[in-house]
Amino acid sequence: MPARTRESGFGRARVGIVAGVATLLALLVVASAAPWLAPAPPSTVALADGLKGPSAHHPLGQDRLGRDILARIFYGARASLLVGGLTVTLSAGIGLLFGGISGFVGGRLDDSLMRLTEILQAFPGILLAIAFSAILGPSLTNVVVALSLIGWVGYARLTRGQVLLARELPYVEAAQSLGASAPRILVGHIAPNILAPLLVEASFGMAGAIVGEASLSFLGLGVQPPTPSWGSMLNEARAYLMVAPHLLLFPGLAIALVVLGLNLLGDGLRDWLDVR
Amino acid sequence: MSLYLRRRLLLTVPVLLGVSTLVFLFVHLIPGDPVEVMLGEQALATDKEALRRNLGLDRPLHLQYVGFIKGLLTGTLGRSLFTDEPVGETLLRHLGPTALLAGASLLIALAFALPLGILAALRQGSLLDRGAILLALTGVAIPNFVLGPLLILAFSIGLGWTPVSGAEGPSHLILPALTLGTAMAGILSRMIRSSLLETLGEEYLRTARAKGLPERAVILRHALRTSLIPVITVVGLQAGGLLSGALITETIFAWPGLGRLTIQAINSRDYPLVQGAVLFIALGYVAVNLVTDLLYARADPRIRLR
Repeated sequence: MPARTRESGFGRARVGIVAGVATLLALLVVASAAPWLAPAPPSTVALADGLKGPSAHHPLGQDRLGRDILARIFYGARASLLVGGLTVTLSAGIGLLFGGISGFVGGRLDDSLMRLTEILQAFPGILLAIAFSAILGPSLTNVVVALSLIGWVGYARLTRGQVLLARELPYVEAAQSLGASAPRILVGHIAPNILAPLLVEASFGMAGAIVGEASLSFLGLGVQPPTPSWGSMLNEARAYLMVAPHLLLFPGLAIALVVLGLNLLGDGLRDWLDVR
Repeated sequence: MSLYLRRRLLLTVPVLLGVSTLVFLFVHLIPGDPVEVMLGEQALATDKEALRRNLGLDRPLHLQYVGFIKGLLTGTLGRSLFTDEPVGETLLRHLGPTALLAGASLLIALAFALPLGILAALRQGSLLDRGAILLALTGVAIPNFVLGPLLILAFSIGLGWTPVSGAEGPSHLILPALTLGTAMAGILSRMIRSSLLETLGEEYLRTARAKGLPERAVILRHALRTSLIPVITVVGLQAGGLLSGALITETIFAWPGLGRLTIQAINSRDYPLVQGAVLFIALGYVAVNLVTDLLYARADPRIRLR
């Protein structure tokens, strides 16, 4: 036996999982309690105070129109959370369905579905998202649709692989010979096996979707003004880098922290659940 | 090798056809009329009609598709609606800067990731290891559109060391390459670390040590070589990711490459140019994947013999 050098177990994983769950909870609290937490409404304009730095009334400063940055970060968390959560749910749903069917039915259908995933994977993800958003028009819903149209591929390939593996397992064969129907086997016997890798994929997927939303909004193809989004805040910040760096720093910090937390969660879950 | 090569090449044909079809559909589904963009909304209906016929946009979609595929096979991608320059030439002109940027980013990523990953693995659990992991995680977590402006803020505005944007000289390359390379450095250093850790437990290293090889040689010649094989794949996959990152990084730094060109073409509804650019990028992706697979097969004989 070679010495086992790869660290594993809940010990090391715990730090990541705790940090990740804390991030998610913080995002949830900030997004849902934004009206109570924010020092001011997110869209109250005060032109005379445009680009002012942090002050007692506005702890993180004010943007070009004098709107409170902290408030816009809190409300912007809604867009991030909504897009992240919905995209992961929708992608995983489509991916489970197609991947499950592909792995279970096999043959021609499997071949064509897998070719389709390869074709979609031949594009850089953000380019496809940009194209879909350009076709559908910019809005929060369309950002979710655009990101899910790309996102399902990973889940589908994952599910298909697990189904192919599970089909060979003795207990699945047993269930089959006892006359269990395909959907029943899929839900009752194969789905539990997929749960661990799915959770890992979902953590990274949520981080990816949040960055995706911010990227699209940064390019003007995502959430539209005056609705606050971290991406569009960052886009606006570029024009005032020299005079008002706080416009860049705070939303940038927000998105980096959330992505870091979710990545830690994904890493932690992968170590703990021992997913390859 | 040749059998593997042939099979692998054959597999890319349906993917390429699918990619082309998808690109065509995308471009024609994007709302907005290029003729209106070109002539302005107040243009005469007859002028618009004439231009539309001139550009071949009045033909039914399936005929335009056939024309598009025929053009692809003969290597013509049409002309830009705005500059009237052949799309192929425009793309080639912008390919250089993007390749330069991607290459520089890759070098920067490896220059950080190799020493960081190796040191972290050799001192597993130490403060250095933890620091390296944290650094890597942070690098991955900061999106390009945050890191780029941050670097501008620090190095161009704050210290005045580098230009803010543009591409007049080598100093213009530094910040965009750092922006694009940082996330990859983070991913690669963790990959190198875990891959090396895995290899360090192998029995043949014990053999190498037992026969009296100095530790340096054990690590460099035996352990590192094996552990870099999976890293090749990650470099390949990430090289594709670089193209993705180039879209935003080039836009931030006004770098005259394919990424910025693509975003501009989408915004101006320059159909032939969008088509060509997206296709070009997707082809680059497919090619990188192909090369990665082939390199992998070269490095690991088990794959090509399968």
